[in-house]
Amino acid sequence: MAFTFAAFCYMLALLLTAALIFFAIWHIIAFDELKTDYKNPIDQCNTLNPTVEKVKKIKRVKIALKLVLPEYLIHFFFCVMFFCAAEWLTLCLNLPLLAYHVWRYMSRPVMSCPGLYDPTTIMNADILAYCQKEGWCKLAFYLLSFFYYLYGYTFVSFSLIFSPFLFSLF
Amino acid sequence: MSTAGFNSQNGTGTGQTYANGPSQNPVALQQLPGVSYGMTNQPPYNPVQAKAPAPPGPGLYPAGLYQPIPPVSSYQPGPPPTSYPSSAGQPLLPRPPMGGHPSHTPPQSASPSPGPRMPMPPAQATPPPPAVSSSSYYPNPQQPMTPAWQYNTPTPPLGPATSISAPPMGPVANHVNSAATIAGPSLPSSASYSSAAPLPPPPNMSYSTTQPLGPGMPPTSLHGYTQPGVAPPPMNPMAPHTYQGQSNRPAYGPPPTGPTPVGPPPTMKPTPLPTGPPVANATPPPPKADAQCGGVVNSTLSPTEPDNQEGDIECPGAVAGNGPQASNSYNHLDNKMAGPTQPGPPGRHLGHYPSLPPGYQNTSVPHATPPIHPAMQAATQPYTQAPQPYQQPPGGLGPAQLSPSLAAMSLQSSTPEALRVVNLLQERNLLPPAPVPAPTPCLTQDLQKLNCSPEVFRSTLTSIPQTQSLLNKAKMPLGLLLHPFKDLSQLPVVTSSTIVRCRFCRTYINPFVSFLDQRRWKCNLCYRVNDVPEEFMYNPVSRSYGEPHKRPEVQNATIEFIAPSEYMLRPPQPAVYLFVLDVSHNAVETGYLNVFCQSLLDNINSLPGDSRTKVGFITFDSTIHFYNLQEGLSQPQMLIVSDIEDIFLPTPDSLLVNLNESKELVQDLLKSLPNLFEKTMETQSALGSALQAAFKLLSPTGGRMSVFQTQLPNLGVGALQSREDPNQRASAKDIQHLAPATDFYKKLALDCSSQQVAVDLFLLSAQYCDLASLGCISRYSAGSVYYYPSYHHQHNPAQVERFQKDLKRYLTRKIGFEAVMRIRCTKGLSIHTFHGNFFVRSTDLLSLPNVNPDAGFAVQMSIEENLDDMQVVSFQAALLYTSSKGERRIRVHTLCLPVVNSLSDIFAGADVQAITGLLACMAVDRSVTASLSDARDAMTNAAIDSLMSYRQSVLTIQQPGLLVPACLRLFPLYILALLKQKAFRTGTSTRLDDRVFAMLQLKYQPLAYAMLMIHPALYRVDDLTDEGALNINERTIPQPRLLQLSVEKLSREGAFLMDAGIVMYLWIGRNCHSNFLTQVLGVPNYAAVPDNLYLLPELDTAESQRTRAFIGWLRDQRPFFPSLHIIRDESQLKASFMQNMIEDRTESALSYYEFLLHLQQQISK
Repeated sequence: MAFTFAAFCYMLALLLTAALIFFAIWHIIAFDELKTDYKNPIDQCNTLNPTVEKVKKIKRVKIALKLVLPEYLIHFFFCVMFFCAAEWLTLCLNLPLLAYHVWRYMSRPVMSCPGLYDPTTIMNADILAYCQKEGWCKLAFYLLSFFYYLYGYTFVSFSLIFSPFLFSLF
Repeated sequence: MSTAGFNSQNGTGTGQTYANGPSQNPVALQQLPGVSYGMTNQPPYNPVQAKAPAPPGPGLYPAGLYQPIPPVSSYQPGPPPTSYPSSAGQPLLPRPPMGGHPSHTPPQSASPSPGPRMPMPPAQATPPPPAVSSSSYYPNPQQPMTPAWQYNTPTPPLGPATSISAPPMGPVANHVNSAATIAGPSLPSSASYSSAAPLPPPPNMSYSTTQPLGPGMPPTSLHGYTQPGVAPPPMNPMAPHTYQGQSNRPAYGPPPTGPTPVGPPPTMKPTPLPTGPPVANATPPPPKADAQCGGVVNSTLSPTEPDNQEGDIECPGAVAGNGPQASNSYNHLDNKMAGPTQPGPPGRHLGHYPSLPPGYQNTSVPHATPPIHPAMQAATQPYTQAPQPYQQPPGGLGPAQLSPSLAAMSLQSSTPEALRVVNLLQERNLLPPAPVPAPTPCLTQDLQKLNCSPEVFRSTLTSIPQTQSLLNKAKMPLGLLLHPFKDLSQLPVVTSSTIVRCRFCRTYINPFVSFLDQRRWKCNLCYRVNDVPEEFMYNPVSRSYGEPHKRPEVQNATIEFIAPSEYMLRPPQPAVYLFVLDVSHNAVETGYLNVFCQSLLDNINSLPGDSRTKVGFITFDSTIHFYNLQEGLSQPQMLIVSDIEDIFLPTPDSLLVNLNESKELVQDLLKSLPNLFEKTMETQSALGSALQAAFKLLSPTGGRMSVFQTQLPNLGVGALQSREDPNQRASAKDIQHLAPATDFYKKLALDCSSQQVAVDLFLLSAQYCDLASLGCISRYSAGSVYYYPSYHHQHNPAQVERFQKDLKRYLTRKIGFEAVMRIRCTKGLSIHTFHGNFFVRSTDLLSLPNVNPDAGFAVQMSIEENLDDMQVVSFQAALLYTSSKGERRIRVHTLCLPVVNSLSDIFAGADVQAITGLLACMAVDRSVTASLSDARDAMTNAAIDSLMSYRQSVLTIQQPGLLVPACLRLFPLYILALLKQKAFRTGTSTRLDDRVFAMLQLKYQPLAYAMLMIHPALYRVDDLTDEGALNINERTIPQPRLLQLSVEKLSREGAFLMDAGIVMYLWIGRNCHSNFLTQVLGVPNYAAVPDNLYLLPELDTAESQRTRAFIGWLRDQRPFFPSLHIIRDESQLKASFMQNMIEDRTESALSYYEFLLHLQQQISK
């Protein structure tokens, strides 16, 4: 009985957070590429003659921008898990981000398909800067929560391992 | 080798090859609207002025200076000037550096090399002799070479003859132009002067130019004035002042210019107006003069060498320096004017106004400045030499008379004028008598001469702040307004196998690069050094070798290249036109099909294109109809596709056909089309599917899709619902539904954009059509939107006429296919946001499937890195497109602006119209993303913030009232006009489509037309006279004064014309002179004026001819056709006429005065 549902949640969250960190990094890179595109003189020459590399890059950026919904879903998923496991403190820590995600998706531009970014406005310097900042903040949050889950996992497992043992003493 | 053929025409024609070096210049001039050039010249002045004024601090001026000024008044007489020079001169010298700045960069290396710029630097270096300075000036100009001349042209002629005599004017002349022209003559004069001024001697080199200032005692006087300001580099500013002075004081202007003015003045007037031609004419002469002058100058210059002084002064601007000084002096004058009368703070200035008024007028005429310049220069010199010049001035009266407007222009140009404090609460009449000119950047004359025309490329701040924090402090938006594909009367076209560009940042070589030596040039955007290709060493214009700096690429800020194959992704596409026509019952009711078919029939041979041109037609109601026009058919074949959910092309090959091969079939179709659907009862509209079909048809080639829609699409994909509640139009707290309801049209537009298809939308509807959603199709595919509310062939003849004229223009105007536009700017600056119709493909790259000559763009800029070491920054817009003849071409515009580090300089360089235009674009975005009320608040806050910043940071003397710098005096008025504009007004019933259309227009109209939409022009036309009239093509065009938009300006006895861009109203007063009624309207009395009159009868009377000439002239100035409505008190349209009276109070909006009080309250909080 060393492995409870809560411990399982933490372990799962740990793995998923690792994935989210990966997403966040990709997100940051994508926006950075968008922003600095023009500063690369070689690309600049090639805007009219797209090279294979350029096409690849564009695809990469597009994929990164499409990871938004999976990211939101993953985060929502383990929030639900924590709710079921009655890990209230952990849930509270995650609620602000959950609320932000909901708000962000509700206020997205008019689009007929899932997605968050409108290609016609994404190049606006304000929006670019905002998205970049968002990426960094999320990365920081996921990193912190990664270690928090690690701690939570060991703590829960630890207390589980020892509590029966302690009870048995009496 | 490269052949450089310059085509006079935009792109189309083959240009004339520049056989002669000089000729080029003229050409260049022509290209740019003559006016614009003139403008540019002035600009330089401004900077200086600005600088100068600022440093000294307003307070300073008034106090010390003013008193001295009194002498100024004497100026005219002459004596005062001398005094100035002496005292001021020394101080001034220090300032000169300012002027020098610009030139600095090139100097050392340059000096050795012939490069025009090079000379400049040297000039800077030379501080020495003032007397020389004048001469030196010339040299500088000369160095700039022909280019300068071109601009100058007008002046040159003057310069030589007059210049000398004019000396007093000279200061004004400071402008580069004058210098060049003058140089020759001036030199002599200078010599004479020289006696006074020690330096004259050996005008050695470039030095001389700068030096002259320094050395020249007179200059010093000027300097003194300038000093306060800081050494404003821009000579020009000074000049303007002088003008003002002139304007104010007849003696001034006249004397110096006297001779010269005469010639120039006439030209000036014409130029300001519309045309470039006048300028062009003027230009030719100068070059010669320059050449002569140049020689002289050089000699004179070298002697001057007085480097010492220079060092102190920073001769840089030697030439400029003089100018600035002069300007300063002028400023002083102004100040004095104000000062003496009013001891008090700037606020007092108001008092000045009375005297100044003329000056204001002057401001209006930018063009005039050039002519003035010569005079100015002369004037400046006079100052130094004081006595003589003054005398001259009296003689010079002529100039003053010539054009108050000119004088006005000069005013603007001069910094002092720009920063003159105006108390808006006391000064009521701020409108210039003629349209407001663009301010001139404060650059050295040579640079300014080369600069891009403000009609093509304009910045909100003609002086760029050094840091973002400084920009934030100024609270003014930094941005550019472009009209890149504008129809130009003269455009140099270069054919070359290699287009010279910076290897690192890909900037095209332009007039603002510096040549380190003959083999290397330094990019002005990234500051890296490039080699000059061998081919570039040969100058096809002069047919000489080894003068890369004289190549047309380096002599013209606007130039077009024929691009080699590296610039093609695929073979250039043919011109392809697809017309998508609504033929539902509603559409047939409006009767637009007849007009359309007739227009196309009439213009089918003038569609731009070559032998490959293709056309196609699609009509739609609830089904989509295609037309097989394959060659060989006996008649057009209609194919109907009723499966609108999954659209397909019935015969992909024969729907788009070669126009030449199938012309008869096309004509048949156009003749039968209107009758084909005459009896249709189909009321539904499947626009979305029709667009998809059209996209499929065009996507293999790209091209232009023209969509005519008359109702809300309500079937199939892209169906829309009515979102407008008419009852809420006036009462709603906030306007909803400004954003698109669906992204279908946007996505389709992006698809179109990637396939090089542009969609132009013609909306002819009396009902709500959801333009907010439909408009996206054009917005993101770089198309244009035309809107004819309540179009009906019988009930609305004015709209029909407008539609006809617009169609004609639309069908025959120039067009560029598969275009991209990249905007590059000096390192440290970056682009923040674009405004207009396009898709942003990269941070600095716009994708424009089509580009048309009527499209304007706005760009918001931000400063990412401090511009510490830079004197100037440059912006380059490069438009790569395929012409209708299948040629790949690149049109390059380069704008150069000075960098400043003080708030007062920034304010002095503010371009109020450009700021208003950019704010309007930003407000449109804000309305869509946030809310209309937000946008309105933001605009009001923009005015409050910038004026507060001015009050806190620049004004040294606090006093009650709403104090603004003269260059921003119209700012509150324009903001109020924006708040009352259809796009942003609240509380008045405005149809949603009208509002959205106004927003679209604000975003993509070039500034000149957008300003008319924002602040219409009001003229009184019942008493037109030939006084001050323009003469164009042997037609006399009266020039009535601009009136304020207030009912108090109307009178029942008169008739007033309001020009609001796309519509004009002719309001007839109840007691209008019967003379006007009979002679112009052809009716016996007021009651007989018909209700729906939209045409002026062609009567053979002088009054009728004048009125029609004036209205025709206004119409000719814009690419679209403004409809004219003649209204009486009872007319329905009277309400829309009155709504444009923006200075008056309405139920829901403040009057101008109330608005000012509101601003004042907020500012003094």
